[in-house]
Amino acid sequence: MFRPCLRPSFSWASFRRYTSTEGPAPRVCVVGSGPAGFYTAQHLLNHGPPQLRVDLLERLPVPFGLVRFGVAPDHPEVKNVDHTFTKIAKNPRVQFYGNLHVGVDVKVRELRQLYDIVILSYGAAQDRKLGVPGEELSNVISARSFVGFYNGLPEDAALAMNLDVEDAAVIGIGNVALDVARVLLTPIDTLRQTDITDAALAQLSQSRIKRVFVIGRRGPLQVSFTIKELREMVNLEGCSAVFNPDDFRPFQSVAPLLKRPRKRLTELMLKTALTPPTEKQLKLWGPAPPKSWELRLLRSPLAILGSDSSVSGVQLGVNRLDGPNLTEDQAVVSTGEVETLECGLVLKSIGYKSVKVEEGIPFDEQRGVIPNVNGKVPDEPGLYCSGWLATGPKGVIVDTMNESYRVGAQILEDLKLDHISVQANRTEELRTLLDQRQVKVVNFVDWEKIDETEKLWGASKGKPREKITEVQSLISVVKKP
Amino acid sequence: MALRHLGRMAMKKCWAPRLLASSQRAFHPSLARFDQEVSVTFELSDGRKQTTQAKIGQNLLDIVVDNEIDIDGFGACEGTLACSTCHLIFKQADFDRIQDEVTDEELDMLDLAYDLTDTSRLGCQVCMTKELDGISVKVPESINDQR
Ligand SMILES: Cc1cc2nc3c(=O)[nH]c(=O)nc-3n(C[C@H](O)[C@H](O)[C@H](O)COP(=O)(O)OP(=O)(O)OC[C@H]3O[C@@H](n4cnc5c(N)ncnc54)[C@H](O)[C@@H]3O)c2cc1C
Ligand SMILES: NC(=O)c1ccc[n+]([C@@H]2O[C@H](COP(=O)([O-])OP(=O)(O)OC[C@H]3O[C@@H](n4cnc5c(N)ncnc54)[C@H](OP(=O)(O)O)[C@@H]3O)[C@@H](O)[C@H]2O)c1
Ligand code: FES
Repeated sequence: MFRPCLRPSFSWASFRRYTSTEGPAPRVCVVGSGPAGFYTAQHLLNHGPPQLRVDLLERLPVPFGLVRFGVAPDHPEVKNVDHTFTKIAKNPRVQFYGNLHVGVDVKVRELRQLYDIVILSYGAAQDRKLGVPGEELSNVISARSFVGFYNGLPEDAALAMNLDVEDAAVIGIGNVALDVARVLLTPIDTLRQTDITDAALAQLSQSRIKRVFVIGRRGPLQVSFTIKELREMVNLEGCSAVFNPDDFRPFQSVAPLLKRPRKRLTELMLKTALTPPTEKQLKLWGPAPPKSWELRLLRSPLAILGSDSSVSGVQLGVNRLDGPNLTEDQAVVSTGEVETLECGLVLKSIGYKSVKVEEGIPFDEQRGVIPNVNGKVPDEPGLYCSGWLATGPKGVIVDTMNESYRVGAQILEDLKLDHISVQANRTEELRTLLDQRQVKVVNFVDWEKIDETEKLWGASKGKPREKITEVQSLISVVKKP
Repeated sequence: MALRHLGRMAMKKCWAPRLLASSQRAFHPSLARFDQEVSVTFELSDGRKQTTQAKIGQNLLDIVVDNEIDIDGFGACEGTLACSTCHLIFKQADFDRIQDEVTDEELDMLDLAYDLTDTSRLGCQVCMTKELDGISVKVPESINDQR
C-alpha cells in the first residue's frame, strides 16, 4: 500500500543533529493493549524522540489483554505486571482509547493516514480447530472459551458447559491445557479467593469432575508446558498425579544428557512417574485423593464420540516415537492401534490463532501472523506488528516483552535512517473521527473507575475483584446511556 | 509503594530493615548490621554502569526499584517469583558468596530467562550481605538476536 504524503515530510535523522526537543513529534498508533502493545509503546517512549506520542487503541472497554483475560485467576502474581502497564498508560504522552474495535469502528487504512507509525499488536483471539469428527458436539469446548468464561471475557460470559460428569479430557499439552485442568481440579474454596467470575464459580461448584486426562500427541521430550506449571499440577490439594511409569522409564537414560530447561522438566516428569509421592505430596493429596489427573502421551485424537447432547468419549490413535534415539525433535508415527477414552467433557487446548481484522492488510493465512521482519511489515513503510500477532501464539509474557522491545528498537532504527516519514503539523485527529462516528471511547481515567468498581464489588465477597462481564455494563460504569 | 513493598516482602525470605518489627529482628543474626551500607554496580545491557548504595538485607529487585536504576521491564511480577524479568548474571566468586540458597521455584522461573548462565540468579531472591559488598552484576541483554 502506498501512502500519499500530502504535507512536507520530516527527516528524523537530520532533525536529531539540531536539537532533541524541537521538531514534529512522531505520532504512533498501537492497536491492542496487551503486553505487546504496552511493551512496544514503552520502548518507544523511553528510547525514542522525547516528543513522540502514542495512542493505544483497544477493542474492549478494559486494558491489558490476556493479562486480564488469559492468565489464570489463581496466578495473581503474574498480573502484577499491570502496575507497569498502568505507569506506561499514565505517561502524559500516551492516550488510551478503549472500546474501539479496529477494523470495525475505524479501519487500519484510516489509521495509516492519521499516524506516522501504526503498530498492530492485537494478539490472537481465535482458536485452532482439531478437524476431527465430533468436534461440534455440545460438550466439546475450546480451552480458549473456557478461559474466557472463568476470566470474564464478555464474549464468553455465557458459555454453556456441562460439568455434571466425572471424567474430562484436555487435548493438548501446553500451559493453557494445564491451566484449564488445574481450574477444573482446584478445590472450589481456593478458587473463591481469586478473581474468577461468580458465573464460573457457580458452574464449578456444581462440578462432579473427578479425573482429568491431559492428552498429548507426542512424547515426554516434546511436552509444551513449562516446569512451574507442572510442579503446581503435581502439588494440587486433594488431587493426585497419575503417570504411567512404563511411558517414562525409557527416558531415564537420556534425561541427564538434556540441556536446561528441557532437562529439569523431564526430570520432574520422571520423578512423578517413577518414584513414590513425596511427603509434601502425600499431605497435599490426602490419604484418598478425591480427584486425580493423568498425563497421557503419544495419543492423537481421531474422533470425539457422543450424541448431539453429550460427549461419551474420545477415540485416540496410539503413536510411537520414530527411530531408536530419543530426542526432542524426534517424529511420531501411528502404530495403527486405536483406543477409546471415556469422558463426558472435552476441552480442546491446541493453540490460539490470529485473525485478519480487515481486508487489505497483509496477512499470512497459513501461519496466522502478519508477515514481518523484526516486526516491520515488508513494503509498508510505517507499518509494524508485535506480540502474538507477529510471532504466532507462543511464549510467556517475558518473551512477548523481549520481542516487543526488539520491534521498538527496529522502529527507532527506521526513524533514524529516515525510513519513516514524520509529518509536521498534523491537524486531523482520531478523536474527531470517533466523535463523528459516535464511538463511546473509554479512556484510562474511565478504566480506573471501572477498576475501582470491580475491586469494591469483589471486596464485598472476599475476592480481590469481581469482574464486570458485559460490555454495556462496563461502559455504563463511566458513561451515561 | 510502601504497601506493595510489604506485599513483596511477605512472599519470600528476604527481609528489609525498615519493614521488620523489632521482635522479628532479634531472630536474624545479620540484622545487627542493618545500618551498614554496601555498594552494588549494575552493568546495563547498553554498556553503561550504574553504582548505588544499598542496605544489607535488601534484595536486588528492591535496590533497582528504590534507586530508579533504569532497566526496562525489570521486576514485572514485583518479586513474587512469577516472571524472570529480574534475571541477573553474577561473577562466579560473587555467585558462590550469595547466602540465599536457590530454590526449585527460583530455578523453574530462571528456566524461562533469556541468556541463562551457570551464575544466573533472580534479583528478587538475592539479598545483599556484607560479603557481597562491592559486587558488580550484569543485566542480561533482552533485545538479543535469537532467531
Ligand atoms: C490462557 C493463557 C494464560 C496465560 N498465562 C500466562 C502466564 O501465567 N504467564 C505468562 O507469562 N504468560 C501467560 N500467557 C501468555 C501471555 O498472555 C502472552 O505472552 C501475551 O499476552 C501476548 O501478548 P499480546 O499483546 O500479543 O496479546 P494479547 O494479550 O492477546 O493482547 C491483544 C490485545 O488486542 C486487543 N484487540 C484484539 N482485536 C482488536 C481490534 N480489532 N482492535 C483493537 N484491539 C484489539 C485485545 O482485546 C487484547 O487486549 C498466557 C496466555 C494464555 C492464552
Ligand atoms: N502459566 C503460564 O506461564 C502460561 C499459561 C498459559 C499459556 N502460556 C503460554 O502461552 C502460549 C500458548 O499456550 P498454548 O498452551 O495455547 O500453546 P502451546 O504451548 O503451543 O500448546 C499447544 C499444544 O497443542 C498441541 N496440538 C496442536 N495441534 C494439535 C492437534 N491437531 N492434535 C493434538 N494436539 C495438538 C501441541 O502439540 P505439538 O507440540 O505436538 O504440536 C501442543 O501440545 C505458550 O507459550 C504458553 O507457555 C503460559
Ligand atoms: S521480579 Fe518476577 S521473578 Fe523476580
